[in-house]
Amino acid sequence: MLEMVFEMFTYPFMLRALGVGVLVSLCAALLGVSLVLKRYSMIGDGLSHVGFGALAIAAVANLSPLKVAIPIVVIAAFFLLRLSENSRLKGDSAIAVISTSALALGVLVISVGGGVNTDLNSYMFGSIYAMSGEDVTLSLILSAVVLFLFLLFYTRIFAVTFDESFARASGVRVGLYNMLIAALTAVTIVLGMRMMGAMLISALIIFPALTSMRVFKTFRGVVISSAAVAVICFVVGITLSYLLDAPGGASVVLTNLAAMLLFSLIGMVRKS
Amino acid sequence: MAQIRCTDLTLAYDGVTVADGIDFTVNAGDYLCIVGENGSGKSTLVRALLGLKAPTSGSITFGDGLTAKEIGYLPQQTEIQRDFPASVREVVLSGCIGRFGHSLFYTKLQKDLAAYHMERMGIADLAKKCYRELSGGQQQRVRLARALCATGKLLLLDEPTAGLDPIVSRELYSLIEHLHKTEKITVVMVSHDLEAVMHDASHILHLKKKQLFFGTREEYLDSEIGKTFLGGAGNA
Ligand SMILES: Nc1ncnc2c1ncn2[C@@H]1O[C@H](COP(=O)(O)OP(=O)(O)OP(=O)(O)O)[C@@H](O)[C@H]1O
Ligand SMILES: [Mg+2]
Repeated sequence: MLEMVFEMFTYPFMLRALGVGVLVSLCAALLGVSLVLKRYSMIGDGLSHVGFGALAIAAVANLSPLKVAIPIVVIAAFFLLRLSENSRLKGDSAIAVISTSALALGVLVISVGGGVNTDLNSYMFGSIYAMSGEDVTLSLILSAVVLFLFLLFYTRIFAVTFDESFARASGVRVGLYNMLIAALTAVTIVLGMRMMGAMLISALIIFPALTSMRVFKTFRGVVISSAAVAVICFVVGITLSYLLDAPGGASVVLTNLAAMLLFSLIGMVRKS
Repeated sequence: MAQIRCTDLTLAYDGVTVADGIDFTVNAGDYLCIVGENGSGKSTLVRALLGLKAPTSGSITFGDGLTAKEIGYLPQQTEIQRDFPASVREVVLSGCIGRFGHSLFYTKLQKDLAAYHMERMGIADLAKKCYRELSGGQQQRVRLARALCATGKLLLLDEPTAGLDPIVSRELYSLIEHLHKTEKITVVMVSHDLEAVMHDASHILHLKKKQLFFGTREEYLDSEIGKTFLGGAGNA
């Protein structure tokens, strides 16, 4: 079995999948901490559905998928953010309306476009081994930007996440930071959904933060743990998928679920 | 020169006036208490003072070396904070965010300031504890320490004792009064707790759609409005 694992790393498609996957998981996890703590995790889910619609349109119109999807999803992110900020409960159902509509539109466009069923499948459930050189470059740039901004604004991101009113009163431009996080999340989701699929990408945002919160009690602990959990779960998940010949996205999500159960157990043992 | 001067302020949401005719000054060393029924616009006024809500008309000016950014604000507890993973130290440190410029991480100066205020609020031994696992009273001390990190001049508190039991509330009030007396920090506080207010406040602002009263505590106790509102209960 160990031989198979070694062999795995000799395939270029596998290395590309690992590269993109690790970087996107890392970004998703860092952004996820802020989104989950602010109870904005619905935004991630909504955006992935909007992204699906956008990719479908790009495929049928024969345009570059990323060039169409990234701007559309970034705009959608600002819009969903505005909705969530206004009033929480109504915002939640409004997001559901937008995301299911986008999903329906995507399915419709694909079926009218005709004969692109493999694309539909790969957008829904991802095609982890089909990462191109362009995907690798883009995810490298994205993760460099996310890591840089996260480090640069770490103290402000904490303040804005923990207490918006206080941060605002201290002169922090809260709206700007919210928009920054929303925009980066949008790009992360578009890059990640081609790999994980529209149905599963939001797991990368939500799971690591929720998992880490079971055990860690400081913001810094949760941030560091989320990054580590995300990377480890991705590598383990994709290795399992290769060994067992299972779908990649699903394996990664289930590995994340296993990690969450493990952390919950550790949290429970610690408490008692 | 006054630290805060509000001139004929009108506050409204979407064209619906919440309160108008608000006209008062806060001088250095004052302890102003803002009272009024639920929905009378107290929190809205607080948000206006912080520059988070633009007044429909009238003006708010700062003086005596105070700027809006230098107000130490203690907002009402939010839902999010109830299960937020953060250490006491992280929360208190975030009070330094608006001061001393922007650096990658907190500087030694900011860390020392946070440590100093934790010590003063009697929460130094809780520094590594998780904020969400503290009692309500301890959480308020943490938030007070954070507000102190943001200011050396003026504390603005919105119902700091909401949800606390009477004994813990009293402790918190005496902590605030101590800061006011010994550190000469100006205090502006929204409160429903009239008994405590009547003890510590130097000035009272009473809102009800408009400004019903502004003046010293003694004037308030003598006024018709004060007598009616207090209803004999808290006549100290
Ligand atoms: N964001 C908002 N949008 C629209 N109306 C609002 C908003 N916030 C408050 N109001 C309205 O403004 C009025 C004053 O609210 P405010 O929160 O200032 O009252 P308050 O005096 O602080 O009350 P409480 O004692 O309950 O805290 C209320 O009628 C409220 O419904
Ligand atoms: Mg209020």
